[in-house]
Amino acid sequence: MSDTGFELRDVWAGERANPRLAGVSVDLSPVGITVVAGASGSGKSSLLRLLNRLDVPTEGTIRWDGTSLADVDVLRHRREVGMVFQRPTVAPGSVIDNLRMGAADLDEESAGDLCRLVTLDPSFLDRNAAELSGGEQQRVCLARTIATGPRVILADEPTASLDPEATEVIEALALHLAEPDSQARIGWIWVSHDTGQLRRLADRVVVLANGSISAAGTVAELDADPAPEVRRAVGRPL
Amino acid sequence: MNTDLADIGLGGLALSGILVAVALALSLVRRLGVERDLLIAALRALVQLLLVGVALRIVVDDDDPLIWTWLWVVTMCLVASWTVRRRAPEVPNVMALALVSFAAAALVSLGVLFGLGVFEPTGRAIVPMAGVMVGNSMTATIVVARRMVAETHDHRDLIEARLALGLSSRDAFAPHLREALRTGLVPQIESTKTVGLIALPGAMTGLILAGVEPVEAVRVQVAVMYLVLGSVATTASVMALGLTRGLFTGDHRLAAPPR
Repeated sequence: MSDTGFELRDVWAGERANPRLAGVSVDLSPVGITVVAGASGSGKSSLLRLLNRLDVPTEGTIRWDGTSLADVDVLRHRREVGMVFQRPTVAPGSVIDNLRMGAADLDEESAGDLCRLVTLDPSFLDRNAAELSGGEQQRVCLARTIATGPRVILADEPTASLDPEATEVIEALALHLAEPDSQARIGWIWVSHDTGQLRRLADRVVVLANGSISAAGTVAELDADPAPEVRRAVGRPL
Repeated sequence: MNTDLADIGLGGLALSGILVAVALALSLVRRLGVERDLLIAALRALVQLLLVGVALRIVVDDDDPLIWTWLWVVTMCLVASWTVRRRAPEVPNVMALALVSFAAAALVSLGVLFGLGVFEPTGRAIVPMAGVMVGNSMTATIVVARRMVAETHDHRDLIEARLALGLSSRDAFAPHLREALRTGLVPQIESTKTVGLIALPGAMTGLILAGVEPVEAVRVQVAVMYLVLGSVATTASVMALGLTRGLFTGDHRLAAPPR
């Protein structure tokens, strides 16, 4: 097994006449933060769903550490590559019930540690998850994904429905967890249409337009790209 | 048995038609506009039941071979499955699933009642029992199937969030399956609780009209109610189990695209 992360080769998704992804070929690192940018409808969410194996490509191959996603143990893969969605989706029950969704034997001490990690007070554990604010719920969703021990988290615009303060907390958390010397050392593939966020987070950027990759590289590299859709995606309008 | 009580004759049947006339008059006076439907319903019921009565003579005759009886039961299951498909068209593969559910319920409930000798396995006993079983199970089956499909649409986000955490499709759907099963079973449990207090059940009414001692009629009625409970639970569970497999792919993804 290697540490190559995701390798996509000529990946198609959706109906052939109106594809959501059209021949995407790109490598996505399992470390650091890769921001996937592009206008809405450009295929960003579709890409993430493929990487979590919630959808399968109609054509092409996706490899994770060298193994085709068609051949992986799906349930194990989803724990290794977790996913957080745009809208926080807490299940009925308390916060600790939610944290145990993917980690049934999580003890209270570890649950408290997880709370602190996502900057929630451990007293939240017994609170009804449905009664928390959107930002707090999204942190619970993040914590329950971290509880499954992922190497990479796929984040589908996780701060799009949150206020600036909650957004700042989650961004700081992502940066902290992605640090090479952090204990968790979680890589992120983070979908965002917020160019400010892209500049705050990205080690690398992949720009999608109409289901195809229009550019990939570091922010500095993309800043030098003259293509209008790339300039728009990285927040450097003409 | 005092059969005189049960035979109302053609005159009696005609006189009971007065009650339909009452309903018609009410519809006319109140301008409900349902006279035509009322009349069609009353006539259709009469014709259907007369035909069934003639056919039942062959099926429940003690001298005829039981093959006719079982053919009748199979036909009932087929018609019921077709009805389920008509009333729950959005459910994938629902007719086949309903058929398997009814077959399983027939096997379990009729197996207990006739296999253990609660009733004699005669056409006269098998046909009405199977009728009660299929009739009651049908509603529960439709409710459970429709609810399951609705749950996958209404709670798609949460189900996919669970899948994304590495839960199997079975575990990810379990709370929703429970909800659907409860919706299907609770009405039956509730009506079993209040039976006799609000309405006298059909089998018992029929037996008492036919001159059977009330306590004897109660024994039969209770056995029938247990048959209904057992078969409703069986059909609902088999439908739920089969449908869960249809709602997800083998590799733990939701089968239906988002609405």
